[in-house]
Amino acid sequence: MKAHLTRRYLFSASHRLHSPEMSADENRATYGKCNNPHGHGHNYTLEVTVSGPVDSATGMVCNLVDLDGFVEREVLSRYNLENLNTLQEFAEIVPTTENLCIEIFEILQRGFRPAHLDRVRLEETMLNSFEYTGAAEPKR
Amino acid sequence: MVYLTRKAEFSASHYYNNPDFTPEENRRIFGKCNNPNGHGHNYTLEVTVKGEVDPRSGFVVDLKQLKEVMNHEVLDAMDHRFLNKEVPEFFTRIPTTENLAIAVWQRLETKLQKARLHRVRVYETPDLFVDFYGEQ
Repeated sequence: MKAHLTRRYLFSASHRLHSPEMSADENRATYGKCNNPHGHGHNYTLEVTVSGPVDSATGMVCNLVDLDGFVEREVLSRYNLENLNTLQEFAEIVPTTENLCIEIFEILQRGFRPAHLDRVRLEETMLNSFEYTGAAEPKR
Repeated sequence: MVYLTRKAEFSASHYYNNPDFTPEENRRIFGKCNNPNGHGHNYTLEVTVKGEVDPRSGFVVDLKQLKEVMNHEVLDAMDHRFLNKEVPEFFTRIPTTENLAIAVWQRLETKLQKARLHRVRVYETPDLFVDFYGEQ
């Protein structure tokens, strides 16, 4: 019996959307307020969906202690209360919520073993959210 | 194909214990959820059915019938109950949110008319939910 389990997490971070490949005018036209040089912050809501057969001994797809521990260690402690632009993974790519969503998916896909990763959904505000279910071929 | 979702809420208590495990294993695997006196949640249930829109009624499903089936099969059986002791499925299965979603699916599947069950989603808390799409 396959079931899909989703857990929500909260973190807060700041970012500035700015591409070095665009002129100052293009950056302002593309990113608007998000191009403000001092950056701005969001309270992000992260949803991680994993799936697998329900273990007949435990009744679980995976032990939440394992999922929570992994997300805390590898995702929340990395991004919570940080300026995303200062992190190595955003040295060359713009820390849009699309790109952050893909980064988080890949962190989980590389390291989380107890269940299959289906989806990462990231809400930047109550009004917008992004989903990533993996590339057809792994990037790395 | 149109998908229609109906929500309902119920409150129940449960605890996690596998009699095949030692007490130490049960405590290690299930943590606080192993407390035999149980603990409670306000569950939110979302039942999604799918079907074609009936050209005469404009409905995918008779909402009244869906509501009655959900009330009768799920809420009457589980609301304000201790799942381990009062709901037969959980006399032998552990009432995790995963197994709860499966049990709700099994209770509803044969009772619905016209529309087919697509998904059962059970929120244990606002931050944790399980989706079950039937045996795949």
